[in-house]
Amino acid sequence: MLKASEIKVGDTHTEVLVEDLKRTQIVQYAGASGDYNPLHTDELFTTKIAGYPTVFAHGMLTMGMTGRMVTNYVGDGTLKKYGVRFTSQVWPGDTLTSVATVTELREEDGESLVDLEIVTTNQDGVAVVTGSATAKITS
Amino acid sequence: MAIDKFLVEASHIMMFARSIGDDNPVYYDEDHKSESGSEGIIAPPTFAQSSAQFDPDYFLRPKTGGVGWFGSGKEPTGLKPSGSGGGGGGGAAAGLHAEQHFEYHLPLKAGDVLSATTKPGNAWEKESKRAGKLKFSESVTEYRNQNGDLVITATGVGVQTERPVDS
Repeated sequence: MLKASEIKVGDTHTEVLVEDLKRTQIVQYAGASGDYNPLHTDELFTTKIAGYPTVFAHGMLTMGMTGRMVTNYVGDGTLKKYGVRFTSQVWPGDTLTSVATVTELREEDGESLVDLEIVTTNQDGVAVVTGSATAKITS
Repeated sequence: MAIDKFLVEASHIMMFARSIGDDNPVYYDEDHKSESGSEGIIAPPTFAQSSAQFDPDYFLRPKTGGVGWFGSGKEPTGLKPSGSGGGGGGGAAAGLHAEQHFEYHLPLKAGDVLSATTKPGNAWEKESKRAGKLKFSESVTEYRNQNGDLVITATGVGVQTERPVDS
């Protein structure tokens, strides 16, 4: 768990979430999450019927990987809130990097909290996920 | 969507954590002490999404019993065309995920048995250059544990696009 005395507004934490995302990882996510939408795993359907160049990752896979960066930073089981917008698609072969930036340190209902702004970008610098999180910290 | 029993199981958490590339031992080793002080295996922040596995009517899972599935088999889609309704347009019909928000009220742990109820939220429309007219709709799901306590509130926003998104 983060300590209020050790962080300040503007601090950042950066992690590479995945390098050269494999279709197999997307299959793993489909199996674990139960979201078997063929857009994510079925090349024939996705190209011939849906009209996309190839399959693409579940938004929730990117949110999940981004969440890993967040929990590595703030600690296990400390999150109060975590939310994202899916701003661009993630494709096989993408390399994703995620950054959390401390935007506020505050007290609420007797708890010390940190607010984070989150952005995950691909190898071209395009944001694929933007969002925010709030976690408990020790004072 | 209503889910009566979402069994939160250690092996499911392990597989879910693997799929998001997270090898944190709190997700598979019950002897590992979580920083939060929770006993046993806890679930990653987005794990509640896998409640789809426990939704009997979840439409993005092939059903048994010869019910059609829109993914490919012999043909690029398993659905027969049904006139102008475009039965093959399953991908677009399923929509895309625009936003997801979680509020955590209690730790989610292996051994918990959740139930979930979903209510529709706001709906709105927007024009976009990349995909034409966008129709957004929100749904709010409350996950409660075996004691009836609220564990997670999940708000999802889905979007139907007029055409495939330009990348």
